[in-house]
Amino acid sequence: MPNSFIRKFLANNRFSAYTLAAAFLVGALLLGISIGTVSVPVPSILKIIGAEMFPFISTDGVDPMHANIVLNIRLPRVVLAGLVGASLAIAGAAFQGLLRNPLADPYTLGVSSGASVGAVLTIFLHISLPLIGAFTLPVLSILFSFLTIFFVLAFARKVDRAMKVETIILTGIIFSSFLGALISLMIALTGDELRQIVNWLLGSVSMRGWSYVKIILPFFLLGSILLMMNGKELNAMSFGEEQARYLGVDVQRRKLMVLTAGSILTGAAVAVSGTIGFVGLVIPHLTRRLWGPDHMHLLPLSALVGSGFLIIADLTARMVISPQELPIGVITALIGAPVFAAILVKTRAERRG
Amino acid sequence: MLKVHNLKGGYGGKPIIRDVSFEVEKGEFFGILGPNGSGKTTLLKMLSGILPFDEGEIVINGRPISDYSAKELARIVAVLPQHAANSFSYTVKETVSLGRYAHQKGLFHAWTQEDENLVQAAMKQTGVAAFSDKDIQTLSGGERQRVFLAQALAQEPKILLLDEPTNHLDLSYQKELLDMLKAWTKERELTVISIFHDLNLAGLYCDRLLLLEKGTINVHNRPNEVLKETRIREVYRTEIEKHPHPKVPVPQMVLLPKWGAKDKKMRAVIEPSLLDIKKEHVVLRSPVPLRTMSSGVVGSGMGWHRIFVNRHVDKNYHCDDHRAEMVQYLKKHGFDPLDTVGMMTAVFLEDVSYKMVSGDGFSVLAVVTAGVGNAVDASQSGMHEYAFAPGTINTWIFVNGEMTEEAFIQALMTATEAKVKALEFHGVRDAVTGTGATGTSTDSILVAATQQGKMLEFAGTITPLGKLISKAVFECTVEAIGKTKKRKEKCC
Repeated sequence: MPNSFIRKFLANNRFSAYTLAAAFLVGALLLGISIGTVSVPVPSILKIIGAEMFPFISTDGVDPMHANIVLNIRLPRVVLAGLVGASLAIAGAAFQGLLRNPLADPYTLGVSSGASVGAVLTIFLHISLPLIGAFTLPVLSILFSFLTIFFVLAFARKVDRAMKVETIILTGIIFSSFLGALISLMIALTGDELRQIVNWLLGSVSMRGWSYVKIILPFFLLGSILLMMNGKELNAMSFGEEQARYLGVDVQRRKLMVLTAGSILTGAAVAVSGTIGFVGLVIPHLTRRLWGPDHMHLLPLSALVGSGFLIIADLTARMVISPQELPIGVITALIGAPVFAAILVKTRAERRG
Repeated sequence: MLKVHNLKGGYGGKPIIRDVSFEVEKGEFFGILGPNGSGKTTLLKMLSGILPFDEGEIVINGRPISDYSAKELARIVAVLPQHAANSFSYTVKETVSLGRYAHQKGLFHAWTQEDENLVQAAMKQTGVAAFSDKDIQTLSGGERQRVFLAQALAQEPKILLLDEPTNHLDLSYQKELLDMLKAWTKERELTVISIFHDLNLAGLYCDRLLLLEKGTINVHNRPNEVLKETRIREVYRTEIEKHPHPKVPVPQMVLLPKWGAKDKKMRAVIEPSLLDIKKEHVVLRSPVPLRTMSSGVVGSGMGWHRIFVNRHVDKNYHCDDHRAEMVQYLKKHGFDPLDTVGMMTAVFLEDVSYKMVSGDGFSVLAVVTAGVGNAVDASQSGMHEYAFAPGTINTWIFVNGEMTEEAFIQALMTATEAKVKALEFHGVRDAVTGTGATGTSTDSILVAATQQGKMLEFAGTITPLGKLISKAVFECTVEAIGKTKKRKEKCC
């Protein structure tokens, strides 16, 4: 392995790994808040946020317009991007470990397709549930992602009682195709909502505000904690389910926990931002190459790197053809796909050599 | 330790295993054998708790296996898989550390000093400590196998289950692994239950064997009982032969290839025209390898040989290492020492005597060189000093037929008795005791058979083969002694 020296150096020092990943996230946060049509200097950002958290810090000398932009537009946007990135990356890391396939990602199980169907259905039928009103779309998205994983698992169990990984992946692909067809059908039948649906499908974190942050946050916390509790089990299961069982892991239960947590995270992320591909695929892969495959550390590190990455991706999306914005999914795919291809080629070449 | 009672089960409602009952004692090395599809792996999966069974019970340490939680079971039973793979680059130590999973407590599995010590010890014992920071994907198959063995050891199991542990290992690793396991059954009373493909390895290492045939137990006993020629032939449906191991008292099975059995093309008859008689040596080159039993300087014991050399040496020949010198000689003259049975004599080789006699469907060629200057009466040999003196009777017997091991040994006796009678015919005397001699102190003999054609089970003196051997050897020896005598009379 050509980067074995780097990897060894980094792995020997877990502290440095976390410091580096956290520094990347903080840097991305500051950049994301600072850059835009109106540029906000970094000291001002620190003061504004500081004052919000600790009343004794004064905002003297800070443009009130800057404070408004930071607190109501840029901060919720980068925080949302960060949370979505973290959710997708940590879920991806867990799915890859569980499915023992570095090419797997949250989408493989059909969860994101399910969430998409929920969202598109909401737009297509103009559904607005009582009490939650504007949150109908995210709520239905999460609901549908749950329903999808439930059906996928039930179907897989029916086909193969032992619920082998291959069976689950195949089932996920079948469901994905079917749900994808449903989405295409709705797009074909739709008139006025076409642009809205397509925009949502391409993915975006713009103009969502704090309310969306509030939607994803509890799901993010729940899903992440559930996954972190299964770090050792994921290590064991990445050696195969039978081997994990031999080592003493209650495979059925742990697998269910990981799948549930992963679909909570994916569903919530898709609900608030649409389909954003490649984050769940590339980030865990990159993190694993940098700091090793131990899930006890891979999961939190992936979350840190993933959130930083999506903030930068979002920043790029709104800066490239400013003042217009590109869909963030386009950026992640444009960066992610080539990087992933490069990793793939390198890995295969190494394995052959 | 482990009891299996009336086990029945399989996949998808179809029973693969039926009526299987056995017990394994603590510290036992227990082998499971059987042809492909006989249910070995299914049985092992049931023992390891990952495959539920329909009827019967498996009891470990007095508790039914279904009573154990995954973690509890992992603290007693460890499994070394046939080939564990991983798509990720875990280090050797990370991999071995997973073995401690079942022993760790708490939500986040705190890593204790004891865990660390046991992991280090397991890595040391399996010889993987030196590369504990290496990526397991960069290791060779044998090294990886040892890493997973270390993982299983770190589990501190009482029972270790293995599925064809030697499958992907080369010869030295196979032995290394099984030696290690065998030592552990003795030193720490680890119970080892392993599937074997290789009957010979199973016979070498296991205390008891279980032979499965079509999902039921064919036999369950000590290796010597289980590994019976007829039984293995029936169960595995192939040609094999049982032979004792040359060093340890266990049976070994030898495959009989198709080409070895009565190949028409390789038909060969050993006859006098193959003899090449020169001053310095008499040589017989056989077109096919012959099964031999001999006391030659080179190529002694049982073996397969193609070239037979009886070399003339000066009567004052003396050499500290005559064996090495003989090998040198053979090489110099273009005879492959590995393919040759070589003898020495001080007798002039022009005086060689040979005779071909035929029986019903088989024949015998005897070739004898005889000098009696050193004749000894075997019944009085206590009177002789140990000394090398010239004068030797070298007897070659070639049999065109298939001989059993029994026949080989009887042939040696028959030939010896015929030789004694030939000496008596000439009235050869022991120079020290003055009594009738039975041979010389340096006589050599070779019996070689083509192993084709008629099956010759016995070679005692009045059996068909024995009769030909006695006749040929007696007449040749009489003639050879006569020739040598004449030469002596002429020159002196």
